[in-house]
Amino acid sequence: MSSTLRQLIWPLAALALLLGFNAAFHPSFFHFQIHDGRLSGSIIDVLNQGAPVLLLALGMTLVIGTGGIDLSVGAIMAVAGAVAAAALREHAPVALAIAAALGAGAAAGVWNGSLVTLAGIPPIIATLILMVAGRGVAQLITHGETLLIKSDSAFNVIGRGVILGVPVPILIFLAAALGLSILVRLTALGLFIEAIGGNEQASRYAGVRVGPIRLAVYLLMGVLAAAAGLIDAADIAAADANNSGLYLELDAILAVVIGGTALTGGRFTLLGSIIGAIIIQTLSTTILSFGRNMPVELNLVIKAAVVLVVCLLQSSELRRLLTRTWRRSQ
Amino acid sequence: MMRSFRQSRARSFVLGVTFAVCAIALPACKKSTQSAADQNGPGKSRLVVGFSQIGAESSWRTAETNSIRSEADSRGIELKFSDAQGKQENQVKAITAFIAQKVDAIILAPKVETGWEPSLKAARAAGIPVILVDRGVQVADDTLYATLIASDFVAEGRMAAEWLAKKLEGKGNIVELQGTPGSAPAIDRKKGFEQGIAAYEGLKITRSQTGEFARQTGKEVMEAFLKSAPGEIDAVYAHNDDMALGAIQAIEEAGLRPGTDIIVVSIDGVRDAFDAMVAGKLNCTVECNPLLGPLAFDAVEKAVAGETLPKWTVVEDRVYDQSVAAEVIDSRKY
Repeated sequence: MSSTLRQLIWPLAALALLLGFNAAFHPSFFHFQIHDGRLSGSIIDVLNQGAPVLLLALGMTLVIGTGGIDLSVGAIMAVAGAVAAAALREHAPVALAIAAALGAGAAAGVWNGSLVTLAGIPPIIATLILMVAGRGVAQLITHGETLLIKSDSAFNVIGRGVILGVPVPILIFLAAALGLSILVRLTALGLFIEAIGGNEQASRYAGVRVGPIRLAVYLLMGVLAAAAGLIDAADIAAADANNSGLYLELDAILAVVIGGTALTGGRFTLLGSIIGAIIIQTLSTTILSFGRNMPVELNLVIKAAVVLVVCLLQSSELRRLLTRTWRRSQ
Repeated sequence: MMRSFRQSRARSFVLGVTFAVCAIALPACKKSTQSAADQNGPGKSRLVVGFSQIGAESSWRTAETNSIRSEADSRGIELKFSDAQGKQENQVKAITAFIAQKVDAIILAPKVETGWEPSLKAARAAGIPVILVDRGVQVADDTLYATLIASDFVAEGRMAAEWLAKKLEGKGNIVELQGTPGSAPAIDRKKGFEQGIAAYEGLKITRSQTGEFARQTGKEVMEAFLKSAPGEIDAVYAHNDDMALGAIQAIEEAGLRPGTDIIVVSIDGVRDAFDAMVAGKLNCTVECNPLLGPLAFDAVEKAVAGETLPKWTVVEDRVYDQSVAAEVIDSRKY
């Protein structure tokens, strides 16, 4: 437990710094209000808008835990949104549209997993294929247009609904996080994932069924990405195949890395990735809240600078170097 | 890395790769161009025009393609259509193919501004006039193309500003949702709007951020604006309809009435925007007309006849507000 805590201390410090900055310069960041039974405020916005990346980060943590990576999650989001919107356009019941989208995500995950496990293609290449082709598939489904979903459709609850004042995307994320935590920590799945990421050969000799577990992890990722795509589409009541999930795979990977999971696999922390994703979204919302007279071209530079600082904070080499220099100067 | 990486060059790369894969997956598209070439025998009597389109990345562009296609049909012109799947090199290849097929004229919607000189020179050497649509090119010698048919983005911004100034009676705080940083419509629509409100001391842009021309990002930015300046926003100016539609949702979720509590003005004039105006949520949209077919073929016919055309044929855009939205919505083609 203490090692987990030590792992999380730097991401937590970065988040605290970011929130502290807001507290000092922008106190309304912490205001909460209730509009029409809906909890509202910047913090809620962070979680609500961050829900897709949070979901992606959860799945990505497991994928990276096995030593893999999934670049196709943004494209899967676009496909899921497109499938749901197309199904709704054909007057399919909402439940069926959701099932079809999640099924498409699962199929995409199986595709990725099969390329990795059966064909032995390195994950970065295997998932690159779907990253590139998936958005094309989504554009084919929508015929290159933004497919609108009726604004009064029950489907939109996924993105805009509120239960007991809490936006539904946040609840979906919480449910997924809880479910996954139980799955990986109360069953042996987490152990197997870390074993595969640590040493695939050794775990195979130890009797771990590497192929099926890998496949399951990519499948889970596909379903989570589809859920993120559903939230995205329901939020704006439209499937935007060109923009939905665009570059979010990079946000998700960054969240995992900021959270302290090594890209080499073998050890992962879901909580860390959650904190990482919250850091990224807090940063976006902070920049938007401040954007008074700041040229928009600076957005990316500021983000890059903050991410650099967070990564440097986490670098044990750098910390050792700094302590050594400091001691020598004493 | 971050969501807003989409602003970077990586975007065009990724889109390019995406379309390239689509091109592989859809050999039918390529084949149709080639088989059309084979049929292009001697003794052609009707006008043959090649049209190199960028792709189908937005409903605006799809509307533009349909307009050019149907106008060619109705004028009895044979149109050789080539979809570049978002890649300039495919457009260069298409122009080479059009020249080899000895078309009478080429219509080009250039993906980027630069790198067209060799293609345009080859077309001129073959005596084929090139008509540019919706975007310009940077060439040292502007006689390389016959004319550019495009909207004036600066004027669009100015028209939006003038409408808004009248609506707000020259006083109020405006937040701006910019397009993708560095893109011509974002730069020009910002410039035009600033020119337009310069005459009114009471009008101020209090916040300005990029919504990247996307609905989702427009909504996210507007949510942040509403939180950081509660009760201080009188109007939203969005560089396109999609961002305005996202902003409208953000306004509604904050418990305010878009179109009443906060005035919403945008540019493009897509169908959804008209729906929003009829519903009273969007106040005004400045049309950016994609129906360039008639103008393009007027230019083609004049250029083939040897007439000199103005270098820029400005597409007339007009302002639509709620007062006319219900009347015209059924006649909208895109």
